[in-house]
Amino acid sequence: MSELEHLAQLMEEGNAATVAEVTQQLLNAGMAPQTILNDGLIVGMGVVGEKMRTGEMYLPEVLQSATAMHAALKLLKPLLARDGVKPLGKIVMGTVKGDVHDIGKNLVGILLQGAGFEIVDLGVNVSPAKFIETIEQQKPALLALSAMLTTTMLNMKTTIEAINNAGLRSKVKIIVGGAPVSEKFAGEIGADAYARDAVKAVGKVKELLAVAA
Amino acid sequence: MEALKTHKTFRKLAVSNSSELMFGRAAAPASCGFGLEVGSGKVYPEINFTLPTMLIEDKTWGAIVSQYEEIGEMIARAAKRLKLPGLMVEFELLPPMTENPAWGAEITGILHNALERAHKEYGLPCALRVTPTDIRDAYRPPVLRSGKEWDRLMESFEQCAVAGADILSIESVGAKEVNDEAMMRGDIGGIMFALGVLAPNDMEFLWDHILAVCSAHEVVPGGDSACGFANTAMQLSSQGMLPEVLAAVVRAASVVRSLVAYERGAYGPSKDCAYEGPVIKAITGAPIAMEGKSASCAHFSPVGNVAASMCDLWSNESVQNIRLLSGSAPEAFMELLAYDCRIFNKALEARTEKEYQSLLVESDIHLSPQALVLSPESTMRIASAIVAKETHYRMTIAASREAVSIIRDALGKGNLELSSKESSWLDRIDHALDSLPDDEMALVESMSASYGHLFLPESYGL
Repeated sequence: MSELEHLAQLMEEGNAATVAEVTQQLLNAGMAPQTILNDGLIVGMGVVGEKMRTGEMYLPEVLQSATAMHAALKLLKPLLARDGVKPLGKIVMGTVKGDVHDIGKNLVGILLQGAGFEIVDLGVNVSPAKFIETIEQQKPALLALSAMLTTTMLNMKTTIEAINNAGLRSKVKIIVGGAPVSEKFAGEIGADAYARDAVKAVGKVKELLAVAA
Repeated sequence: MEALKTHKTFRKLAVSNSSELMFGRAAAPASCGFGLEVGSGKVYPEINFTLPTMLIEDKTWGAIVSQYEEIGEMIARAAKRLKLPGLMVEFELLPPMTENPAWGAEITGILHNALERAHKEYGLPCALRVTPTDIRDAYRPPVLRSGKEWDRLMESFEQCAVAGADILSIESVGAKEVNDEAMMRGDIGGIMFALGVLAPNDMEFLWDHILAVCSAHEVVPGGDSACGFANTAMQLSSQGMLPEVLAAVVRAASVVRSLVAYERGAYGPSKDCAYEGPVIKAITGAPIAMEGKSASCAHFSPVGNVAASMCDLWSNESVQNIRLLSGSAPEAFMELLAYDCRIFNKALEARTEKEYQSLLVESDIHLSPQALVLSPESTMRIASAIVAKETHYRMTIAASREAVSIIRDALGKGNLELSSKESSWLDRIDHALDSLPDDEMALVESMSASYGHLFLPESYGL
């Protein structure tokens, strides 16, 4: 097993201290930070996401792995910045106006972060104006909208219309998700994609942003 | 530790053994609305409904009112067609209807009038439960005891009471901000902190205010649901995100925060989605609403039959007002509930209720730890564990320990099977419960360090 395969396996086990320690060892041995990130940590988180999809890992174990990744990223981030390495893309996410459900959205954020994306999470009950303001300020590549209620899912449409009216629609891809949402609904409201669960969301986002899986 | 400053303490159970826990019969039946006696020998349907996909705003309000008028007329017509012996209708406000209290009150009035007509025209015993939305978590961290959301929530209770609510309930969310995070992390300490310390503190404050409204308007206080806690766990578990054993333990742990409503003075039938209802019934004697297989229009569950075994009201949880081949979805589910209730009531009449209850229980409890902890025997064990303790924190831990013990006993007798992964989580939960401090303040201190960024201490009187 290579050192990077070992690191990926440690990510599955989710021991933050050990992951950070091995990351530091690899850095000390002269390995490039980007290699450690892409071929160790992100590969490990990919396996974690897949194991959650197949029911081999529960959410608390996934979060443990995410925490381990954060511990390693603390060491890597300054070095990645020094080397001019950028995240795969910036994603703004939030639960739409009138809706306060956020467990699913948070999980999507965790897995996207684990896949190498930068996340700006606006939280819950986010107004179209707030989304627009954040798109203008943060210039994300993608916007992820969540809704859990049949009486709030139409606020996804309102939000997309507001983004259209603000002249920002061509600057950002949009993915939607949440219990009452469907592929058909996503098409009807002008979103670029729909994902049924958090693991599928990562694949769809990569597809939309043309990032190699 | 300071003793509980509650209005009422439950130190013994309202029933002496599990055979007294029966559908249709409660130790303390509740009278409400237009002559409806809940828990006095019959099970009645509790029909619930919601809007189809549509925004709730000024320009759609007329269409929304029409939807509820149509539902009100349907209910009165279907109750007569189905020869219902009695009916509970629940109107669960959607968030904008609580944010704008006049809207919730207007719909309450429409449904009240529909039930009044049905009662006058053909003597239907019936009542209207109204459940404002707990909108206090619109922002994070939630501000629970003051501010615009608090004012509107209280105004909503007030206006709905005036408009004709017979029962007031809520699915309150105090401590959900901590419990969600703790459940996602599988952190038992965090869950006990949320359910055993924060949530009961919020319940005391909130329910004193709800009870004041009920008292002023002679409305029955109908209890609170731990939906945002234990049903979230159940749903995450059904999606493979949380272990079932954790969801089962959270179910037991959530009883105590809901019990607080009864400690403060609630006595009406508890909420349908409050699967902690059977334990509440065992402790307080209050009748309970439950939902199971006939609520699959709203959510799936592994407890579809056992949930019915001790119910006094049998609910469909919620269904969108859409058209089906037969008619409207609320009418279709009203018929489904009516037939379910005919069997309950025929069994009671024929004195075969024990046999029927046994089928309901036995058909589920060997397949899921979540179903197991809902059986009458498990209910008695969890209820007894709770009343033996003196603080909410200790009650919550005791309920959780008992749930673990119930699952272990069933495993030992070969009455339940768990995967090795589920078994290892049971061990993990057991160990975590053992590691909790006896001193509540020690837990508050350590958990405030872990979760302090999520909640405002002043929201919980800390």
